[in-house]
Amino acid sequence: MADHSSPDNRSSFDSHSSTDSQSSTNSQPSTDSQASTENHPPADDHSSNIVTDNPWQRLRQFTDARIGLGRAGISLPTEHLLEFQLAHARAQDAVHLPLDIETLCDDLGELALDAPIARLHSQATDRLTYLQRPDWGRRLDDDARERLTQSGGSARPSVDLAIAVVDGLSSFAIQQNAVAFLKTLLPKLAEGETPWSLAPLSVVEQGRVAIGDEIGECLNARAVLVLIGERPGLSSPDSLGLYFTWAPEVGLTDARRNCISNVRPAGLSFEDASRRLMALLKEAREKELSGVKLKDRSEDDVIEQGGARNFLTS
Amino acid sequence: MAGPYHYTLGDRRYRFECLAELMAKATPARSGDRLAGVAAETVEERVVAQMALSELSLTTFLDDPLIPYERDEITRLIIDSHDAHAFAPIRHLTVGDFRNWLLSDLATPERLAQVRAGITPEMAAAVSKIMRNQDLILVAKKCRVVTAFRDTIGLEGRLSTRLQPNHPTDDATGIAASILDGLMYGNGDAVIGINPATDNVAQSVRLMTLMDEVIQKYQIPTQSCVLTHVTNTLEAIEQGAPVDLVFQSIGGTQATNESFGFDLATLAEARDAALSLKRGTVGDNVMYFETGQGSSLSANANHGLDQQTCEARAYAVARHFKPLLVNTVVGFIGPEYLFNGKEIIRAGLEDHFCGKLLGVPMGCDICYTNHADADQNDMDNLLTLLGTAGCNFIMGIPGSDDIMLNYQTTSFHDALYLRRALDLAPAPEFAQWLEAMAIFEDVRHYRPSSALPKAFSRTLAQLPEGGA
Repeated sequence: MADHSSPDNRSSFDSHSSTDSQSSTNSQPSTDSQASTENHPPADDHSSNIVTDNPWQRLRQFTDARIGLGRAGISLPTEHLLEFQLAHARAQDAVHLPLDIETLCDDLGELALDAPIARLHSQATDRLTYLQRPDWGRRLDDDARERLTQSGGSARPSVDLAIAVVDGLSSFAIQQNAVAFLKTLLPKLAEGETPWSLAPLSVVEQGRVAIGDEIGECLNARAVLVLIGERPGLSSPDSLGLYFTWAPEVGLTDARRNCISNVRPAGLSFEDASRRLMALLKEAREKELSGVKLKDRSEDDVIEQGGARNFLTS
Repeated sequence: MAGPYHYTLGDRRYRFECLAELMAKATPARSGDRLAGVAAETVEERVVAQMALSELSLTTFLDDPLIPYERDEITRLIIDSHDAHAFAPIRHLTVGDFRNWLLSDLATPERLAQVRAGITPEMAAAVSKIMRNQDLILVAKKCRVVTAFRDTIGLEGRLSTRLQPNHPTDDATGIAASILDGLMYGNGDAVIGINPATDNVAQSVRLMTLMDEVIQKYQIPTQSCVLTHVTNTLEAIEQGAPVDLVFQSIGGTQATNESFGFDLATLAEARDAALSLKRGTVGDNVMYFETGQGSSLSANANHGLDQQTCEARAYAVARHFKPLLVNTVVGFIGPEYLFNGKEIIRAGLEDHFCGKLLGVPMGCDICYTNHADADQNDMDNLLTLLGTAGCNFIMGIPGSDDIMLNYQTTSFHDALYLRRALDLAPAPEFAQWLEAMAIFEDVRHYRPSSALPKAFSRTLAQLPEGGA
């Protein structure tokens, strides 16, 4: 057995924690001093002696990974424990805080759109249902479908592109980034020899990626673009995903879609994402297709050769 | 198919149309079975299904295959490789008796190893459905599965770790930084394994070479693996790349594996190719498989089965190819399959139990995504429970944060917590190396050195200064 789990140490730790809550940083459980085989003198009161720093901390400049965190005993130091908790808290809030649709629509108003924004809802009534029934998040509820088809449907002359703003798994990503991204993208859609005609903008609550296909179908659009909040990472709760389908209709699989991921200020910039998207849109219009048969050439150079070599073996 | 199956409780007669329905309804509640529409409709119906299941003879599972023999090569593998001789001592038992037998003192580790080849995945899944968490732990603890390549994994009182140095752009320096961090915390005796951000042959070969050079230079008694598609690894072997382990994600139905782009013949070919390289020093287990409840439904290939039964069938695939490591990536798939910490913990214990009972060297990626109702405390619980159950290996990631796959798994610190709490040592060859390299100043008490060991401080001194 490891020394620290002996009954004696256990009881001294218990009494320590029950009587010393006011000044917990000023003393340590007796385990440290008893078991210490380290060179430095017996523990003093400085926190620098309680936490063991890692001498390779400076490697953090080469990666976002949480390396060189140091240790209290063998455990995570308090500072890094709480940093992690904060990151997880933000990611959870991004999933669970409802999209503030009033504010979003106000913000979208800045884009000076021609038609009023369509506010839509999926068949997933609330977030708990949404998380457990991805199939319901892919379909419009009856009311939304009726309103979209009523306003024209297949009778209406077709438009080039329908854009849907969907909360997905991060309302935070949409709230933070959707309007700014569209401000970058819309002028690009309007310029050039063949500008893209747009259907009225849709905003969707409790939606998954595939709901865009139904919207595109209802609006009789030749293509649909979905802006959706991606599953939040611990350090990227605000990541926007762009999904594009040519000839959208209900029931298509992922193989028919193209995706540009990690669109956010600290990831793929709005400008770069817009450029990549415009290249895709152009090729899609020429070939009249989307998905695996449409290659995103900007990813060809993704293999990283440059920078420092593996320093462990150099 | 045989059936229907009936059970009478008081004045009510319950009817289950087929064995698949009975198994599904007897499964402890989880979101994936609700999504599939196979879960019990009431809590009482679930327990009644468990009662009905407990009265079935183990031979039922040989006579009434859940997916027809003609339609599924995994069913054929299960039936054709069933060892009637090994099965003889338990052949007369019902599922309920089987639980009692497993928990009894008759079922010693030696006896369990003897009957292993007579147990099918469906028998393991069935009995697990009527076992409590503590049953799953206690029986799994008696099932040791030991494998080896450059070190020996799964010995009693030992716990190994996969060092997972993933990077969002596969950057060599970033990966090397995470490898160093892990090694200094004593991590990586199960494997150093990278999920590549760019999944093609050229990138895989580059990453294999990177890890092989590190292992060679520091003479680390461990193995490397790039978690790319089996056909990519085959091509890498043909190109002469340094392949230690062949990776593949596997599922429990033929159609699942078809959606993953391989069949059993592909795995056999890849295993032969890896064996021909003769790179192992203390053993020749050359396969690394990953599994996880929900993959069959996700591939639309579950044949009306519950997700835990599909998962157990994947272990029949695994055990056929004598893997070094099998890893159930339990919380990765998301809340539509395992909704919260409670469901993830239950699934992790079930998978570990079924794997070990069938003779699979089971480890667990104790993990969750940010849209699941789970947190670090849930992972601490599952980690401690699996450590108690004798889990072969867990993952190791800097600070629990996989910056490439965007999910949280166990950290280097977590592994040391478990070692100290339950006195679980690394693989013996690796423990010796940690001491010889002065990475740990006291391996016996899991105490890392405060100073950077010589071999690594020289390396670090060559790096340019600056940055943070």
